[in-house]
Amino acid sequence: MTMATSKPPARKTNSAKRSNVASPAMAAATRSAPFSGQSILRKEDQRLLTGQGQFVDDIRLADTVHMAMLRSPYAHARIVRVDASRARALPGVLDILTGPDVKDALGVIPVLARMPDFKYPPHYFLAVDRVRYAGEPVAAVVAEDPYTARDAVELIDVEYEPLPVVIDAEKAMEKDAPRLHEELQNNVGGTYSVVSGDVLEAFRHADHVVKARIVNQRLAPSAMECRAVLASFQPSDGTLTLWTSTQIPHLLRNFLATTLKIPDNRMRVIAPDVGGGFGSKLNVYPEDALAPFLAMKLRRPVKWAESRRENMRATTHGRAQVQKVEMAFAKDGRIRGMRCRSIFDAGAYFHMFTAVGPTSTANLGSGCYKIPAYSFGVTEVFTNKMSTDAYRGAGRPEAIFLIERMMDIAAKQLGMDAVALRHKNLITPKDLPFTTPAGRVYDSGNYPRDLRSVMKAAGYDKLRRKQAAWRAEGRLMGIGIASYVENCGPGPTSGKPPGGGWESATVRVEPSGRITVLTGTSPHGQGEETTFSQIVADELGVPMDRIAVIHGDTLVVAAGIGTFGSRNTSVGGSAILMSCRKLKEKITAIAAHLLETKPERIVWRAGQLTVKGAPSKSVTIDEVAQAAYRARNLPPGVEPGLEANSFYNPRSLTFPSGAHLCVVEVDRDTGEVKLLDYYAVDDCGRVINPLLVEGQIQGGIAQGIGQALYEELLFDENGQMLTGEFMDYALPHAAHTPPYHCTRSNTPTQANLLGVKGVGESGTIGATPAVVNAVMDALAPFGVLHLDMPLKPEKLWKEMRKAEVRS
Amino acid sequence: MPRAVTPKAAKPKKNTKRSPKRPNEKVHLQFTVNGELAEVAFLPHHTLLEVLREDMGLTGTKHGCELGECGACTVIVDGKPVLSCLMLALHAEGREIETIEGMADANGVLHPLQEAFAELGAAQCGYCTPGVLLSAKKLLDHTPRPSLIQIKEALAGNICRCTGYIKIYEAVELAAARAAGEKAEPRKESVYGY
Repeated sequence: MTMATSKPPARKTNSAKRSNVASPAMAAATRSAPFSGQSILRKEDQRLLTGQGQFVDDIRLADTVHMAMLRSPYAHARIVRVDASRARALPGVLDILTGPDVKDALGVIPVLARMPDFKYPPHYFLAVDRVRYAGEPVAAVVAEDPYTARDAVELIDVEYEPLPVVIDAEKAMEKDAPRLHEELQNNVGGTYSVVSGDVLEAFRHADHVVKARIVNQRLAPSAMECRAVLASFQPSDGTLTLWTSTQIPHLLRNFLATTLKIPDNRMRVIAPDVGGGFGSKLNVYPEDALAPFLAMKLRRPVKWAESRRENMRATTHGRAQVQKVEMAFAKDGRIRGMRCRSIFDAGAYFHMFTAVGPTSTANLGSGCYKIPAYSFGVTEVFTNKMSTDAYRGAGRPEAIFLIERMMDIAAKQLGMDAVALRHKNLITPKDLPFTTPAGRVYDSGNYPRDLRSVMKAAGYDKLRRKQAAWRAEGRLMGIGIASYVENCGPGPTSGKPPGGGWESATVRVEPSGRITVLTGTSPHGQGEETTFSQIVADELGVPMDRIAVIHGDTLVVAAGIGTFGSRNTSVGGSAILMSCRKLKEKITAIAAHLLETKPERIVWRAGQLTVKGAPSKSVTIDEVAQAAYRARNLPPGVEPGLEANSFYNPRSLTFPSGAHLCVVEVDRDTGEVKLLDYYAVDDCGRVINPLLVEGQIQGGIAQGIGQALYEELLFDENGQMLTGEFMDYALPHAAHTPPYHCTRSNTPTQANLLGVKGVGESGTIGATPAVVNAVMDALAPFGVLHLDMPLKPEKLWKEMRKAEVRS
Repeated sequence: MPRAVTPKAAKPKKNTKRSPKRPNEKVHLQFTVNGELAEVAFLPHHTLLEVLREDMGLTGTKHGCELGECGACTVIVDGKPVLSCLMLALHAEGREIETIEGMADANGVLHPLQEAFAELGAAQCGYCTPGVLLSAKKLLDHTPRPSLIQIKEALAGNICRCTGYIKIYEAVELAAARAAGEKAEPRKESVYGY
């Protein structure tokens, strides 16, 4: 195996854009402006590397009581009777809630992504009369300690009358399929379609039609920190504080205030350190409302910490689409049209963003290609499983996997080279701005160049020669390519379908001259305490260590949306920049007043404000701050204090793009896939902190590899999860990761003030098709055209044996 | 009346669980945590993870699954990495335990591994990091200059969902090189990409 650390590929001399840095260690040590573009070390690490991070379950409040959930063992059943008397009698048990107890008080679980013409059957905080997936909460128990609470859960007697179960989304659409929601005619929650051009005509004139059925399997996001909540009620002023492991503290505050009937200005949600989310902490979950409800009732803090088994069953899942696709090609390989019908397995209910995720698939289905006629419909279907919702990429990986697999399948069927077929159809810089079939406008990117770059970095021709040599020896090497474009930075409030929106930022110069940044985003591992400090340090010319970034507390940060869709820096960072610019104006005005000159004559230099032509006359930001707060000598009309608040509403989505290349070897005897090398070229726009961008790409690739090769949530016919813990649900481990060789390209975008595009999900989006394409390429000698993910050894082994038998 | 799915699912079992009897008397015993002798009182069914976190307030040790599958709760017991979620605290009597809180020295000077992790961005959300650091520390304590394969093997029990692992390996290699007295710097490619 090639080792990443021992043999890096020769580095091309593209150092111009990084020429301000002598060495990374120096970059970290010297910390001189401009900070943006440097690999500044993370501010977060001081606490996270020393065990001082504060995650929800690390927080201790006196008199805390503990909640445990009773969950349905059945995937579909009528609740005949619940008898909690034996549980109530257990010493230490304080309260038990069931569905009917909270139905009227709490109502239904709120949904943000409301699509026109979609049906939203009621989804209660605790099941009422009926359970629709194994793991659905039926009762909540509170006891003096977590052990008693869990024991009490086991003592609740529930009589269930099992109902027929439907697990497969395609079967759920059949006429006589068991129906999940009585108020609906069938199990279809809604259909979203994108149609553009004359599809029938395109297929009528096609020289080749390539068809496939592509399964994008159901995944568990698997953040290492499971969910946890801690709720505390202050009767004296009616304030409720909720610590919860979430990506969206402000949205949660707004929804929960309504649910719990607390004035929103008395409800405080805090997301302390959060141990990963990947979309799974982007929701109002039952426990988020039940713990505060009980805290108000019992007048004691209530804590709940999810177990891993609960996390697998009752925290939202991701992906879950079956796509039937056809593509029409002209003789020369040009795409004439594409039509796809996707069935999305929504699970039992529409959660926060469930309904909107697959619309991204339909919107992005054409990828980075010119497809003149396009039709993509997604039918969202209820099944007896936990809801599907956002998971790293949320609908976009499903689109890019589909089109990138199709390019390889089509190349094979057309007898063309897969790279040539891509180049024939790629949108080129000359085509920009390019309006997609879904009406999105790609503003930037150079897809052909990125594809060429990644092939050059990997030494593509040499690899192909090596492959031929290995094949001659009977070894199965595969090379897989994927070009991608995606959409990030949600997003304009006018966007359709809805999702995302603005972000807010307050930047305050304190009386000492130190700077506090309050952001409405809620970073949880991405490192924006550092990135945002870099932006502020450059804009205001102050040292990094004088800046504190505060996030994840609705009492301290006035407004916010949260962290998802790679929007932190593009939307949240732009809001910070806006506030800095407003502040600069005020600082300039005060400085001019203090220096007895006009604002136009003030020059900013490294935290110093001097007068043009008279460099000896200067004040520091610290002195301006003192003057602003002392307020005895301010220019007329200027308010005391030194802070600025901004809401940034992006004018459009951003469109990161790139190309990935993966090299694998498949073991002929065992079917095991060895990842030999991984190359990626990603265009995420301007880079504020390369170290963090690199980390996002590498981590994203690992999750893409996970989907391609290992991960899959499986259920039996009764709806029981067969992969309910990490022994069965295979996450990538240390030994699974290949050497990554990641480079960046950058095409400028005007989509936001910073020119950044977002990088949180690109790795995952590019990696899954690149890896699968590589494995299928390795299996080419066996004549296998497509296999569904995950490509486990057993599956590959069977295919190879089958092919051998055939021959 | 809906039809039942399978005979197995059709027969709801009667809940025959009895009220459990748990010992509620605490045991007192001694072990060493991060070089300090501690006398701890805890319920005998508590795991070492629970005693460290709940009874001693050492919340740097994390729980990721409490099934022994993720490695987030890794601590070092008598020089060996142990999943503290699977070890009863009773078995810790008289032993020496190292947790993440003891990794930096008394003056707050970071352990070379912690320093290297920071320089390479080897931690993201930080939840698996204490366990990863302790597994890596044990590796370096016994194998000062590990090969990449040895590093992968030593960390095979620690799941990280954020980083994709490469930066973690590179950080372990960097710390090992420095501990051997080399004037090692993070490679530019590791920090800026290739």
